[in-house]
Amino acid sequence: MSEIRPAPHSVPHVELRAVTKRYGAAPPVLEAIDLTVRKGEFVSIIGPSGCGKSTVLKLVAGLAPLTSGTLLVDGMTPANARETVSFIFQDPTLLPWRTVAKNVALALELDHTPRDTRSARVAALLDLVGLSHVAKSYPRQLSGGMKMRASIARALASRPRLLLMDEPFAALDEMSRDRLNEELLRLREEQKWTVLFVTHSVAEAVYLSDRILVLAPHPGRVAQEIRVELPTPRDASLRSSAAMDDCMAVVSKALREAALRGAHAL
Amino acid sequence: MKRYLVNAGNAVAVLASLLALWSLLVWAFKVPKYMLPTPWAVARAVAERYDSLLNSVWITGEAAAGGLLASIVVGVLVALVFAQSRWIRRMFYPYTLLLQTVPILAIAPLILMWMGPGILSVMCVAFIICLAPIIANTTQGLISVDKNLLHLFLMHNASPAEVMWKLRLPNSVPSLFTGIRIASGISVIGAITGELFAGSSQVGVGGLGYSILYASSQLETDYLFALVFAATMLGFAFFFIIMFLEWYFLHNWHESARAPETE
Repeated sequence: MSEIRPAPHSVPHVELRAVTKRYGAAPPVLEAIDLTVRKGEFVSIIGPSGCGKSTVLKLVAGLAPLTSGTLLVDGMTPANARETVSFIFQDPTLLPWRTVAKNVALALELDHTPRDTRSARVAALLDLVGLSHVAKSYPRQLSGGMKMRASIARALASRPRLLLMDEPFAALDEMSRDRLNEELLRLREEQKWTVLFVTHSVAEAVYLSDRILVLAPHPGRVAQEIRVELPTPRDASLRSSAAMDDCMAVVSKALREAALRGAHAL
Repeated sequence: MKRYLVNAGNAVAVLASLLALWSLLVWAFKVPKYMLPTPWAVARAVAERYDSLLNSVWITGEAAAGGLLASIVVGVLVALVFAQSRWIRRMFYPYTLLLQTVPILAIAPLILMWMGPGILSVMCVAFIICLAPIIANTTQGLISVDKNLLHLFLMHNASPAEVMWKLRLPNSVPSLFTGIRIASGISVIGAITGELFAGSSQVGVGGLGYSILYASSQLETDYLFALVFAATMLGFAFFFIIMFLEWYFLHNWHESARAPETE
């Protein structure tokens, strides 16, 4: 880790150029997507269902091949960049036969972290997400929010520089979701990852992001790009502010238009 | 608790009335003892010949357990091979169905002929009858892994061995136990079937299957009933031991893996 890091907000971390994805002979899921995420940026992708927002993440993670176009992560192909990338899925994807601590340790095991350092790092990670008291519990004993925290702790275990999050809080109630949003921002302040975040919640996208990409469906394409000009660091008081409301109104309008364009395309 | 006691009380009442009805029929129609003994005659036979009964149960239990264990080892190994590719499964899976459909009663004399009489051939009959459910269930458990979990392992560039040991194999344990539970009951049936053909080196002394044949040839119908009862209990014991092991290994996560979320 001794390379000289270029200044943040200038170097592209994720770069998609004219990326198209289709499955078999079906019409493309994504067509000619251009997207640049700079180092340290928090970018949300929002759009009506069927716009291929989760597919974008899969491509960036290298979990599915592109049909055409170029995609670079840290200047590398997605498969080669995986070491510095963590994926957080919509469901917590914990191993039910492992305790919370062992689930977090899985990431370290698979990364071949030396055995003697693992338990200390697991303890630190659980502390970070506030799960130390349930380290020895099994996933089924936890609430949905706690499972997601465990999933986040596991993702952070690999010391990622890029986080890909696929509607991670969609299954949670609003209170848990708001709290986890706040904690996600707090952790980001400390760890400075780049985040590509897929959501269908306008409030969540506005609260978290530096920039929001609105996708239109059939085929998935970028309909609009909105810069969120809200002060950082953000705290819970922002949720009830007029500035937040204004921003949400802009995004909602863009989302409606995108959905309409998708309907016309059909 | 109260409901439990009521249920238990009902079950005992049903049993008592069935036994009473049985005795009544034997007495009313003056059924000869070699056709149908009274429940008390059966109980007496159990008490008097307790040692030889237990010996038969032990011999059969050993053969059934040996066959079951062998089928678990071989079944899991076969399932590990089947889990490697869809291609292998398509080619070989139909043949495991043959294992399930072949009439064991017809195959048992063949095995006895090939392997000679003795506990090994009896175990072999139990093994054959147990193998199919173990292979089928374990294979299913190995291949039905959550797609996102596979993606997670892929994101960490996990090796196929890591995916097998840390994901597929533990994921298959509940299914493996389902297979073992099914196999445990039929392992006893397999062993008894084998013993029907295996004979014994010592006249009158052998496993349940042999003793059933012997008792029926001697018209010791009361003892025959005792043997049938013991065979049933043996199957039951197998089933319960497996249930306990299943609970022991899986109670921390098993239900969560099967039942929908309730939180």
